[in-house]
Amino acid sequence: MTLTWYLVLAAILFTIGAVGVLVRRNAIVVFMCVELMLNSVNLTLVTFARATGTLDGQIMAFFVMVVAAAEVVVGLAIIMSIYRTRRSASVDDVNLLKY
Amino acid sequence: MTQHLGGGETVAFWVLGPICLAGALGMVFSRNAVHSALWLVQTMLCLGVFYVVQEAPFLGAVQIIVYTGAIMILFLFVLMLVGRDSSDSVVETLRGQRIAATVFGVGFAGLVGAGIARATRGLPVVGLPDAQGGNGNIPGIAELLFTKYLLAFEVTSALLITAAVGAMVLAHIEREPGSRQTQKELSRARFLTSDRPQTLPGPGVYARANSVAAPALLPDGGTAESSLATGIEPQEVEQMPRPTGRRELGSRDAALGTLDPAPLEGER
Repeated sequence: MTLTWYLVLAAILFTIGAVGVLVRRNAIVVFMCVELMLNSVNLTLVTFARATGTLDGQIMAFFVMVVAAAEVVVGLAIIMSIYRTRRSASVDDVNLLKY
Repeated sequence: MTQHLGGGETVAFWVLGPICLAGALGMVFSRNAVHSALWLVQTMLCLGVFYVVQEAPFLGAVQIIVYTGAIMILFLFVLMLVGRDSSDSVVETLRGQRIAATVFGVGFAGLVGAGIARATRGLPVVGLPDAQGGNGNIPGIAELLFTKYLLAFEVTSALLITAAVGAMVLAHIEREPGSRQTQKELSRARFLTSDRPQTLPGPGVYARANSVAAPALLPDGGTAESSLATGIEPQEVEQMPRPTGRRELGSRDAALGTLDPAPLEGER
């Protein structure tokens, strides 16, 4: 087994996350799919850190985690306030700009 | 420098890799949002083990504590606040979007996966002992974080403060002082406007179950519509069996349940 398999796994996870963002309608699940994409990129960073023998990849993965935590807090607060006004967490119901 | 990894790592990868993929697929395909969150927890735990295996024990611990411990619990909290029954609609807003997304996904995975596989074939594994300087992973990361990446680390604190304040601003409900209805006003409004000032009948009280999903039964055996809980599918209540023998007629079941006893076998 070589390191390539980790990278292929990360690519597949990223794709599943991207397809989930396109397919799912619930805003919270869409958000979870974004988290999955961030996680798969972290796996890539950690793998390359090991392959190249430097710790910078791990530091970057660490920063990605911090940014993801901040993003989740703000995003979920936005979903909550949208739900409070529209009584729905579906991305299809947020369509005021359409008309 | 070697290309090939150890046997234990190979076993760990081929056991946890499919579990990880199954979690990701389950997240996309399960209809219930809570199930999606739990599938994602599975994937994240597997990724945490991968980090530990790949000489990043600090990131593995952070992954499990911050991602599965904090972020996913936050997701579950919001799911409970928003309501479990607001699951996905099956209606496609754009026709053919699902098929197009699937085709896109397969194509994207093929292109990126094959590209990465070709580009990184024979990638040598340098390993991290040199980079860590013999101190282990956490001192190595700390040294980099507080020297080379100090500015980014400090900016991160500003980001976290901003996110916390932003979440509070978004989640806060502004109320004028004194605009909140008192208990007296609420009670008056209820009695003046609604035809049912009393409480709704409890679920399943006169039925054979005490589940919230079981509707209460009316004296004639029908279900009381007003006792159905919102957001829960009503559950079929098993009716009480009719007593068949004289001996059972004296029992409590007979007193509770049925209208007329079946005739004794000899009386027919």
